[in-house]
Amino acid sequence: MIDILTKNLPILVVLCPLITSLFVVLIPNIFFSWISTTLSTFLTFLFSILLYQEIQIHSHISYALGKWLPPIGIEYIIDKVAIIPIVIISGISFIATIFAYKIMPEEIEKKSISKVYSLWLLAIAGLLGLVTTGDAFNLFVFLEISSLASVALVAMGAQKDKQALVAAYNYLIIGAVGATLYVIGVGLLYGITGTLNMEDLTDRISDLNNNKALIAGFGFMIIGIMVKAAVFPLHIWLPRAYAYAPSAVSVLLAATATKASLYILARILFSVFENSENLISNTLLYVILPLSIIAMFAGTIMAIYEKDIKRLLAHSSVAQIGYITLAFAIGTKASIAAGFIHMFNHAIIKGGLFIAITSLGFFIQKRVTINNLSGLGRAMPITFFCFVLCSLSLAGLPLTAGFISKLYLIKATISSDAIWIAILILISSALSVVYLWKMIEVMWMREGRKIVIKENPTIYISLIIITFFNVYFGLDASLVVNASFEAAEKLIGDLK
Amino acid sequence: MISSTIGIWNYWIVFCLMMIGLFLVMGRKNFLKKIVGLTIFQTSVFLLYITFGKIKGGTPPILNESIDSIYSNPLPHVLILTAIVVGVATTALGLSLVLRINTEYGSIEEDDISAQDLVDYHDDIETGKSVDFKFKQ
Repeated sequence: MIDILTKNLPILVVLCPLITSLFVVLIPNIFFSWISTTLSTFLTFLFSILLYQEIQIHSHISYALGKWLPPIGIEYIIDKVAIIPIVIISGISFIATIFAYKIMPEEIEKKSISKVYSLWLLAIAGLLGLVTTGDAFNLFVFLEISSLASVALVAMGAQKDKQALVAAYNYLIIGAVGATLYVIGVGLLYGITGTLNMEDLTDRISDLNNNKALIAGFGFMIIGIMVKAAVFPLHIWLPRAYAYAPSAVSVLLAATATKASLYILARILFSVFENSENLISNTLLYVILPLSIIAMFAGTIMAIYEKDIKRLLAHSSVAQIGYITLAFAIGTKASIAAGFIHMFNHAIIKGGLFIAITSLGFFIQKRVTINNLSGLGRAMPITFFCFVLCSLSLAGLPLTAGFISKLYLIKATISSDAIWIAILILISSALSVVYLWKMIEVMWMREGRKIVIKENPTIYISLIIITFFNVYFGLDASLVVNASFEAAEKLIGDLK
Repeated sequence: MISSTIGIWNYWIVFCLMMIGLFLVMGRKNFLKKIVGLTIFQTSVFLLYITFGKIKGGTPPILNESIDSIYSNPLPHVLILTAIVVGVATTALGLSLVLRINTEYGSIEEDDISAQDLVDYHDDIETGKSVDFKFKQ
């Protein structure tokens, strides 16, 4: 029994939310649909932890779907790289589901709640499938499953604010164009290599140096994935989608959606195309590096001038994605590891900040803007305390998780003789304090309306969990750091 | 020269359709026309896959008496079946969103909608008289 379970873990991680999503839609009761969603995400999280332990022993698990052996059949690959986004997505989605219990019925009419939970699980299944699959075309299918489900989830925000519809529409169109570009790339690669399996692609590409179709295919794939990962000039869908989605959906999307695509980006750059070194080093130096640096500043400056808090956090996400792609762009082992560390830490930081802000919005029953926040810090001490800790973590102060990722990122830039990048990172971090302080100042120092708010444990429990992780991984980051360095070693080997 | 141009005729069509689709998606302000563009864009990719799956004189990939007959690659067709399903789902979702946008805003022109949004945004933030959430229970 146990043996069958461990053998089938790679597919169980994807199937568990996928199958439950089919059942949840039939449950009319709000509570029961929530509890089955929670159980499903908890099981998924459990499976991913088991998978993590399994990875420590085997270091590479290949799962042939339906016993059709790769490269003909579809292969699911779990290795030390893939396990990081799997744990992030399943863990955060579990916490977000706990948070959704009280928030979801407030924003969405009762009869469609079970459908929303169904879409919720579908989005999670799509994201997990995205990171487990080792087949380039299967990846496209999961990309579309997750993005169509997230579009529908964002559109559910229309019951509160009609702008959610336009946000969802833009997300859909831009996302679909991105996914189609990716498919063109896969098609060109299939045309010249005759395979869709990623490991097989790596082998066959090595004979095709400077083939024009290879370069074109690579370009299409990278642009397609960069749209989904919201790398700087292609991020336009992100702020609106996060800002107008229902609160719980914002938490889920902000913490997980772009992480999966960033992992795919890393995988395409360093694993699938590892043999075309010129192509990769040129792309990193002339495309991804400048875009990441612009993203760091553009995102931060947009956030400073933004007054709508959810949009502010979304702009800050663009900047943080800039840090992650910057780490990939430097392309040494230490910097890629720093990228993965920040991927993990950004998930818990942004998850925490979104939970805090949306619970403020839940209690004041208004759109959370900078003017509406006055004096709320005193009215809601627990939420405010967690919010401040997560903010400090985002700014990268010592003893928080954000500090660890900034530390490793700066260490990596200095060790690869790019001091000016380290300085730019420091300036951008300092600028991020501006918008964080702006919020904290309004909440704590300004006199607000005298309102009595009774904080609800069902809401702040998830906030406390995620804030605890922010502090814990700031004190003892060995788990994340080791996993990330192993992942980086797996991706680019000991060469650099 | 001419034979090589005509020999890759399908790819020219793919290229034209792709550019027409992409132009419609990016250049049009009407939400419905954008979806039309998206569909054309996706169709061009279908044609691309089908084209390199076909071989001159190739038969369908069915086992027959003469083992050494040339056959077309069936895999791109199967992939495109999947892609068509995804495309239909995208179009359906897009059209339903356009329908909802039309009932909420009374228009599907991007300019009208962003003008309305800007007023709402201004009311929300600059004047501070943020509208309370209305829950339709």
